[in-house]
Amino acid sequence: MSSDHIHPEPTTFLRKHVFSTDHKVIAKQFLWFGLIWLGIGGIMAMMLRWQLANPGVPVPLLGGLLFPRTGGVIDPASYNTLFTMHGTIMIFLGLTPAMIGALGNWCIPLMIGARDMIFPTLNMLSFWAMFAGGAVGFYSLFVPLGATEAGWTGYPTLSTTVGGVGQGETLWAIAVFLIGASSIMGGINYITTVIRLRAPGMSWMRLPLTVWGLFLTSILNVLFVPVIGSAMILLVLDRVFGTSFYVPASIMSGGTGGDPILYQHLFWIFGHPEVYILILPAWGVVCDLLSFFARKPAFGYRTSVGSMVVITVLSAVVYGHHMFTTGLSAMLGESFMLLTMIISVPAEVLFFNWLHTLWKGSLRLTTPMLFAMSVIFVFGLGGLTGIYLATIGTDIFLHDTYFVVGHFHLTMAASALFGTFGAVYFWFPKMFGRMMSEKLGKWHFWLSFVPLVIVFCIMFISGYAGMPRRYYDHTSVEYLRPLQHLNVATSVAAFLLGAAQLIFVFNFIKSRWWGKPAPQNPWDVGTLDWTIETPVPHYNFKTIPVVQCGPHEFSNPVLGPDTDWIYQTEKLPD
Amino acid sequence: MDSGHVAVADHAAPQTSVPEDPHFGNATGGKVGMWIFIAQDGMSFGGLLFAYGILRGSATEWPVPAEILGISLTAIATFILICSSLSMVFAVAAAEERNQASLVRWLMVTIFGGLCFLGIQVWEYTHLVHAGIGFADCTWEGEAVNSLFGSTFYSVTGFHGMHVTAGVIYLCCILRGAMKGKYTQGGTSASPVELVGLFWHFVDLVWILVFTFIYLL
Repeated sequence: MSSDHIHPEPTTFLRKHVFSTDHKVIAKQFLWFGLIWLGIGGIMAMMLRWQLANPGVPVPLLGGLLFPRTGGVIDPASYNTLFTMHGTIMIFLGLTPAMIGALGNWCIPLMIGARDMIFPTLNMLSFWAMFAGGAVGFYSLFVPLGATEAGWTGYPTLSTTVGGVGQGETLWAIAVFLIGASSIMGGINYITTVIRLRAPGMSWMRLPLTVWGLFLTSILNVLFVPVIGSAMILLVLDRVFGTSFYVPASIMSGGTGGDPILYQHLFWIFGHPEVYILILPAWGVVCDLLSFFARKPAFGYRTSVGSMVVITVLSAVVYGHHMFTTGLSAMLGESFMLLTMIISVPAEVLFFNWLHTLWKGSLRLTTPMLFAMSVIFVFGLGGLTGIYLATIGTDIFLHDTYFVVGHFHLTMAASALFGTFGAVYFWFPKMFGRMMSEKLGKWHFWLSFVPLVIVFCIMFISGYAGMPRRYYDHTSVEYLRPLQHLNVATSVAAFLLGAAQLIFVFNFIKSRWWGKPAPQNPWDVGTLDWTIETPVPHYNFKTIPVVQCGPHEFSNPVLGPDTDWIYQTEKLPD
Repeated sequence: MDSGHVAVADHAAPQTSVPEDPHFGNATGGKVGMWIFIAQDGMSFGGLLFAYGILRGSATEWPVPAEILGISLTAIATFILICSSLSMVFAVAAAEERNQASLVRWLMVTIFGGLCFLGIQVWEYTHLVHAGIGFADCTWEGEAVNSLFGSTFYSVTGFHGMHVTAGVIYLCCILRGAMKGKYTQGGTSASPVELVGLFWHFVDLVWILVFTFIYLL
């Protein structure tokens, strides 16, 4: 490593745009990659909702192309593949790159005042490992016998060769492993960068909360993704080399056998932190955006940081609440229940801080602000229903129903997605040098927010009424037939939600190339990323800035009557 | 704050100076990164050992490992690996003392220790496979043994063996640089040796756990 960190600007197309080590280019690569996969996962969701609302009716538009053998009808096996790949894609290939990959790469160096990530080559490898994971996952859709049908959790014995023949499941495990490797490489890079490369004066308590969220997410990534890596190695060994780690004795010929529940332990040791891996950056962004657009300092900055740290720690010790119905010992179950409930305390602190940041602020209801505020609402709904699922007694009833589907979509999916949207609208001007259309942005927001809440709130009702998830056709079950109108209503709202994303796609593409050129600091925000010109030069900062104040110095009376903000590089007047 | 600037040239940080600020530690970026990598690698071993514990704990029958695996040879391998950790310490000290000949010598000793360990492991694997302990099905002295015994044994020790292999390759890369005198220039030039040392000590430390759980218990 040279002591002079400034590497020369690449000149060839390949090094500049494809195999680039520049964090800004990698951020854009992650963003495009994530958005494309979010689109694919979204189309899958639309097909799922079509099947649930109109069982056995050919899918319009795409049906004939995708399911020619059945005349456009989604067959049961394809339905299983669709919901499995929808989950896998949205979590690992959609939100992870768009939220952590893109946002982390973009925000961390620019907001802490660094010229690049500390390990630029590792950063590039992180993207290409993710790309390889995506390629393997995509390829698995086309192998004989199709992609995995075991659900995104990949539980054995569905995912062993007993339940899932064909290569699809093996390729799925390899894809998850590669994506995990990408997350670990990114995580090591993010943590080290935040520890080592903060500009002078950028103390821990002056970091924007976005950086805090990404930092804590990286810690979880680094510690818990390896565990699912181990789980995937054992799964592949089971499938390819005939071992029986997850194959129970009852279906083995030899009489000895492994333990399918073992997989669930390994999976959820990772899987529960994964929820926070996705949500912590969104929380960080929300903390910052609320302060930026309420023109007030983030209320209780230190307690927000503290809550996020506490949640990070607690998230590691609550995974058992996913396994209440597996015959977990009662004492373990109760411990996990208690620990899970305790998470709501720091979460409440965060909520209180968000609401208090808004209280009596001079709100600027821009699109990023609307998305940030919607996260409070959406996550609130999801968090409250989480209490029912954390309680053993109610969880046993609600387990594997649409109540769970509604819950986790509101908490980790919708909150993380809306956080991502808010971040994209907010950083787009700095990233691409053009403004996104505010008018289209607001249409996109309202047409996403309202249907989204409707979709998942109906799922609470149908789940509470006992509708199980992952069923191919609810009308084939006598007691679910009266609930079919709920499925239809959910699907109608879901189609509206899906259609609203076209506004975003249109807005994104149009603004990217034909948008209004962005000024250096369109939002009047003082963090370091807005101190540099647009487009951001290759080295980000000509001279490394010296940070003089916190990230949220808004409406400070000492600033005088003419302005309500200052840059972090400026000193507050005495 | 501006008055307190001190020049540092000890890491790859882009800034030419940092203030005297307790928020900034002295570890190089590479060192922080290596420690985080070790934490994550520890967790992947943790996952495998956790799986081993659950599978063995819930198995109805499990052979006594020492009877099948034998302790003495592996104890020698363990001893060699620990000795190679010691020689690694000498290598790091030599780099810091800017003694190139000594650095090269101790790195070679460390690599030799790693290769001996790997050689013993290969011999042990062949021996066990011949005796009937396969990866997916196991027999011992004509009787069927829980196949998970072999599966867990080869997965965990194999995963560790891959780490030793990676460590040996990593050490060879460092050895090449050491022969060119890259790490004996003083200042921070010795830090790559320190990093490979961290990784090597980790691999040895994990082996102590693997040896305890897989062979001794």
